[in-house]
Amino acid sequence: MTETMRDRFVRTTSALLEEDPRLAVVLADISVSAFADASRRHPGRVVNVGIREQLLVSFAGGLALSGLRPIVHTYAPFLVERPFEQVKLDLGHQEVGAVLVSVGGSYDGSRMGRTHQTPEDVALIGTLPGWTIAVPGHPDETEVLLRDAAARDDRVYVRLSAIQNALARPVAPGRMRIERRGARATVIAVGPMLDPVLEATAGLDVTVLYATTVRPFDRDVLLATLAEPDIILVEPYQEGTSSAEIGRALPTVRHRLLSIGVPNVELRRYGDPEDHARAHGLDAGGIRARIAAWLTSGGTARGVA
Amino acid sequence: MDAVTTVERRSGYSELLRLISLQTGDEKHSTAAASTLDVIWVLYDRVLRLDPSNATDPERDRFLLSKGHGPMAFYAVLAARGLIEAESLAGFGEFGSRLGHHPDRNLVPGVEISSGSLGHGLPIAVGLAHGLRVQGRTGPRVFCLVGDAELDEGSNAEAIAVAARLGLDRLTAIVIDNRSSTLGWPGGIAGRFTVEGWSALTIDGRDHDAIFAGLSAEHAGTPHVVVAVVEERS
Repeated sequence: MTETMRDRFVRTTSALLEEDPRLAVVLADISVSAFADASRRHPGRVVNVGIREQLLVSFAGGLALSGLRPIVHTYAPFLVERPFEQVKLDLGHQEVGAVLVSVGGSYDGSRMGRTHQTPEDVALIGTLPGWTIAVPGHPDETEVLLRDAAARDDRVYVRLSAIQNALARPVAPGRMRIERRGARATVIAVGPMLDPVLEATAGLDVTVLYATTVRPFDRDVLLATLAEPDIILVEPYQEGTSSAEIGRALPTVRHRLLSIGVPNVELRRYGDPEDHARAHGLDAGGIRARIAAWLTSGGTARGVA
Repeated sequence: MDAVTTVERRSGYSELLRLISLQTGDEKHSTAAASTLDVIWVLYDRVLRLDPSNATDPERDRFLLSKGHGPMAFYAVLAARGLIEAESLAGFGEFGSRLGHHPDRNLVPGVEISSGSLGHGLPIAVGLAHGLRVQGRTGPRVFCLVGDAELDEGSNAEAIAVAARLGLDRLTAIVIDNRSSTLGWPGGIAGRFTVEGWSALTIDGRDHDAIFAGLSAEHAGTPHVVVAVVEERS
């Protein structure tokens, strides 16, 4: 059975609890059985507050004020949307650190309906100052980014998904990875979008960058690799979440931008995540169609094609 | 550490109204300041173990003002006890002042949490009390002041339940009851806590000895709440 990012999160966090007495895990009835052994080994440092998501985050704020580094975990909508004011005030406004780790990114919960889906999560956290946002695309990358987050003192949101790439990349926290170089455009694939992006851009003369940290956004690699300033951003969550970051990276460069992600519409369908990806045009075929149409229409940033 | 003997007394209770009067401007919560005045004074005068010259001592008692509006009484007491300069009170709410209409822990020494939005302090206090205990700091106590209307916020119900389940006996909540909760608390406020396993006392929120006794009551194994009754909508 394929290991998921969630599996690796539990395994890595359980190991980190052994290594770092500063760490504590706060749960809200999600993944509790997975942390049962860690809870027995570290009573008091693994706390399940029950289905109380406001308290989940506020409690973590209190732990941080006491000197601990909390790792806070539940489903994405209940970690980011429901207690958003607690995230803003009880962590950010207090100026204390924590690691928020979600599961169920975007439409992982396709069969559960809108209540369990949050393609808005990264956009929301991105509105708050001082947050690092990590979006791994593979369990191995999850461990790298989680260990980095746990060792820090500031606020980190780690967004996990059931959708993952087939192969891990040797990612470095905070940096985009150059997957391949091309001349016609630059495609930035975020986290689990790498595999469909590579399939979609097969045979196209484009640079592919792989982003697993989206805040702060790695402007340096984008600037260093940019050829034709046509940029395509492919995100696994709400379309355009990092569009403004492209503008900030290129304030003096005339450029074009195509944002591909989950449209800001409510898809009242169930089914599998793959069904939702297809419906949103986020499967390889949908991505290729949009990229091809965009590259062949409307000219380029440097003039009419 | 004994607060009564170690805290430098710069001003006494009789000076508080003058210190409050220095904080002029358009703050609309003077009644809130008045309602909390006596409890906050007794806390800092007789209860809290903290050293103004070492406001970040990890062994200090913590006071969390969850009801962050109307902080004039809080600032006055901090000034009276030497945690902030009395001269700073006159700048209350101004651009260059550290003293806002809601306190900011990152700006004001001795302020344990930044508050203002209601229903945050007690949940934070629960995590703080637990975190201190987990790290073996069994000395510090955590006091959190909320209003009776603030209890309308559902987040408090989450905190009240979990504090008792965790047996946080270094945690004391103080509810200033001036009957400002719009729909009231049928059966009384204390019962909302005792049903979850807290110990509770309801006292006269103007009687300093009663406040001291309430805040000093033994409550082994359970968190404790003191409901301090003051004048209606005072």
